[in-house]
Amino acid sequence: MTSITKPRVAHPSLPRNAAGLTRRDYEGAMSTLCAGCGHDSVTAAIVEACWGLDLRPEQLVKLSGIGCSSKTTAYFVGGAHGFNSVHGRMPSIASGANAANRELYYIGVSGDGDSLSIGLGQLAHAIRRNVNMLYLIENNGVYGLTKGQFSASADVGSTARKGDINQQPPIDPVLLALTLGATFVARSFSGDKRQLVPLIEAGLRHRGFALIDVLSPCVTFNDHEGSTKSYAFTREHYHAAVEADFVARHKEISVDYAEGTATSVQLHDDSQVRLRKLDASYDPTDRDAAYSYVAGKLAQGEHVTGLIHVDSSAAREFHDINETTEVPLNRLPYEQLSPGAAALAKIMGRYR
Amino acid sequence: MPDAAHAQDRLNDFVVRFANVNGTGSASANALVTKAIFRMGVPVSGKNYFPSNIQGLPTWYEVRVTREGHLARSGRVDLMLAMNVETYSRDVRDVSPGGFLLYDSTWPRSSLLAREDIVVLGVPFAQLCNEAFEGARNRILMKNVCCAGAVAALLEIELEVIRTLVGEQYAKRPKLVAANMKAIELGYQYAREKLPCPLPCRVARLDATRGHVLIDGNTAAALGCLYAGATIGAWYPITPSTSLMDSFRALCERYRKDPVTGRRNFAVIQAEDELAAIGIVIGASWNGARAFAPTSGPGISLMNEFLGLAYYAEVPCVIFDVQRVGPSTGMPTRTQQCDLLLCAYASHGDTRHVLLFPADPEECFHMAVQAFDLAERLQTPVLVMSDLDIGMNEWMCPELAWDDAWRPDRGKVLSAEQVAALDKFQRFVDRDGDGIPYRTLPGVSPKAAYFTRGSGHNQYGAYTEDSAEYQVVVDRLLTKFATAAKLVPQAVLTGPGPRPPSALGLVSLGSCDSAVREALALLAGHGVELDYLRVRAFPFGAEVDSFLAAHSTVFVVEQNRDAQLKSLLTLETRVDKSKLHSILHYDGLPIPAGFVVERVLAALGGAAARPAAATGAHR
Repeated sequence: MTSITKPRVAHPSLPRNAAGLTRRDYEGAMSTLCAGCGHDSVTAAIVEACWGLDLRPEQLVKLSGIGCSSKTTAYFVGGAHGFNSVHGRMPSIASGANAANRELYYIGVSGDGDSLSIGLGQLAHAIRRNVNMLYLIENNGVYGLTKGQFSASADVGSTARKGDINQQPPIDPVLLALTLGATFVARSFSGDKRQLVPLIEAGLRHRGFALIDVLSPCVTFNDHEGSTKSYAFTREHYHAAVEADFVARHKEISVDYAEGTATSVQLHDDSQVRLRKLDASYDPTDRDAAYSYVAGKLAQGEHVTGLIHVDSSAAREFHDINETTEVPLNRLPYEQLSPGAAALAKIMGRYR
Repeated sequence: MPDAAHAQDRLNDFVVRFANVNGTGSASANALVTKAIFRMGVPVSGKNYFPSNIQGLPTWYEVRVTREGHLARSGRVDLMLAMNVETYSRDVRDVSPGGFLLYDSTWPRSSLLAREDIVVLGVPFAQLCNEAFEGARNRILMKNVCCAGAVAALLEIELEVIRTLVGEQYAKRPKLVAANMKAIELGYQYAREKLPCPLPCRVARLDATRGHVLIDGNTAAALGCLYAGATIGAWYPITPSTSLMDSFRALCERYRKDPVTGRRNFAVIQAEDELAAIGIVIGASWNGARAFAPTSGPGISLMNEFLGLAYYAEVPCVIFDVQRVGPSTGMPTRTQQCDLLLCAYASHGDTRHVLLFPADPEECFHMAVQAFDLAERLQTPVLVMSDLDIGMNEWMCPELAWDDAWRPDRGKVLSAEQVAALDKFQRFVDRDGDGIPYRTLPGVSPKAAYFTRGSGHNQYGAYTEDSAEYQVVVDRLLTKFATAAKLVPQAVLTGPGPRPPSALGLVSLGSCDSAVREALALLAGHGVELDYLRVRAFPFGAEVDSFLAAHSTVFVVEQNRDAQLKSLLTLETRVDKSKLHSILHYDGLPIPAGFVVERVLAALGGAAARPAAATGAHR
């Protein structure tokens, strides 16, 4: 299969941002994900956010690892350089890229397998390094590309498509990031564009490592066996070769809720995710309080969403800590980098 | 007792071995003796055999004083400083016949007198230092310094030279100058009064070190990175490569701070592991900075996945592999050349990488610079294959010099203006027929944006699973590798010179060089003439094939068990492998010249040669 080129037709009446660009200018290649995949909604939210931020496409750098989520960096902002690296190792690529040029905006897209299993170490250390980037985890609790194994974010007792029950406790990326000192921690839902777009905008603008855990349902593999409201019936007929073409087009999941209320959202797989909007009195700058709040709600089976923690005042990102020069390192002229022949002659004096 | 003829032989030509306990300050005392001899104009080579431990285990330091400038191990021990009780019996055994052994006679040991073919000398170092210094730790440290003083007397090292060196070393701590000189003089005076000074193995001033320095390969490589314009270093600490990044960081702190703002024109990133270290290097290089990671074999194992990505996605990347003994953790403080095959073909799938083989610190410096140029020119990983012997031991080599007219070769990177002039940017199209496409850096222009991926891609950079499109790209990578063979440093041919070409050839690489060159001279004395080719890079240039074709028998000298260089030659040249004969040294210590001589003579069946009496013993 080769990539699909998306027709690019911009209607003259499409609104333009301050950079003189329409939303279409922030799109990428055609998505090859399953129809109805939550990740496509996140892609759309990124397009909206980049347009809303008036970024020029070349100001953005897109990075990813391996997995369904990591494919999506091809599907937005085609005018930005992208790097689809290896499984679980995007944080190190991002760290190096950012070290080389501190002026660009870095957006990493990862998944729960990429970030919480094979890439847990790299994620943790990118947080510790406080790399100035937006890191999105498109979290669906399942390995999609390898057809349905549990990921490390699967909840105890949740059921796989083939009936296995997950016994291992989940790793929650939000609690993890809070523990490791992340300065911008958020959670959202792919179906909640109204909440997600501003979070992406804020995350891109945040100075330091910004993590958004986006609950993004897998329409194909995260489904209860025998569920009456699932696509169990469809799967029984197409089980041998589950292809994107065989999945009927779903209606996008969307949720809308008033502040301070918890809401149940029925996912494609018939499992329940409880979403609780942060109440108006919530103080996201208090890390310890945020941790207790999120952990408490998780114990009740509820996912806290929104901007859970932000610390923009004290944030010292990688270059602040390193005291890097303001000019991006990749733009320093050689004349500024070489100490010169005379200095080497002097250095040699130490070794005579 | 040594006879007079033998004794005369060893003026400026002998080996001193210091047997110490690590963590007792022995390293600085050893270095003092080495440098003092060097300052007297006498060529010297220092090799450290140390344990993977911080304190309390045996460590040996060997100084070869060599008027001919032979830097390899000779295999002899003419003077043993037996300062470690734990290893006395072994140290006594290792002294060459006619040699000397000096020990701490605070506790006399009759067992040391078991050998009648060596001379045992005693100095009560502990007693002298206990009387002269306060504090247990200080007494231990000063004992080794005191020992250096006795050695100076025995070898006729000029005390004034030592005084200058101590003054330089502790320029900022004058109290330590006084204490150290007091200890030196204690040992020196005692030896002068009680011992037969000077010994037949002794130093006399020469003028053979002018224009040279004593430097280790890791420091030289760090200097190369500095002068190449590297701005980002990422690493995970691992012996024996750690000092490379330590040096780079120290040099940058001195030479890479903005004079006005004081901010850093560099970034050194200690990664969480080698996977991340190479990831940082790839990310930074992709984004247009010169970046590198020093590591050793275990780190290369972890970097394999990313090396394949950098090869296929065509991202520059410079890695230093300071090789140590494997497999697995192996012997981390011992030397080998055991990662050749691992690095040449690192990662899954069809991959081949550019390797450089420095033979000494001077080449570490120049090849570090070349590595960045090659990586960016070829858009591929380049691995500099140093080893512990080169990286951590001090070698005498010509002073490193720099040409201020030099500018880096940043390769085929299109500027914004060049992109604007293009009809369309196509990332992986071979426009020049050399297999090297054009790349752009993030931020340059939406028109030149491309998607870097390790998954199947066509020559325009788009994802593909189309067989033909896939093959166009991987076949072009072969063209690029052929281009690499023309750009890498050529192999160095030694011989035949005035004599007719020999039917016998010898191929080697890296740190074997000094042992091989000394061995060739010794073999010539046996009537055995060999032509010598030192390969300096992989892929091999045409000259390697020509050399192999021109010789009926070719010895391949290398420091690993499995004949990895021989394997590479067999796989990557047209040579008939039946004419390749391996000489393999892999005990973890640097290969001595005598070993090469013996193996060559043994392989030739002694027909062409006299017995190897003059080659010296080897362990």
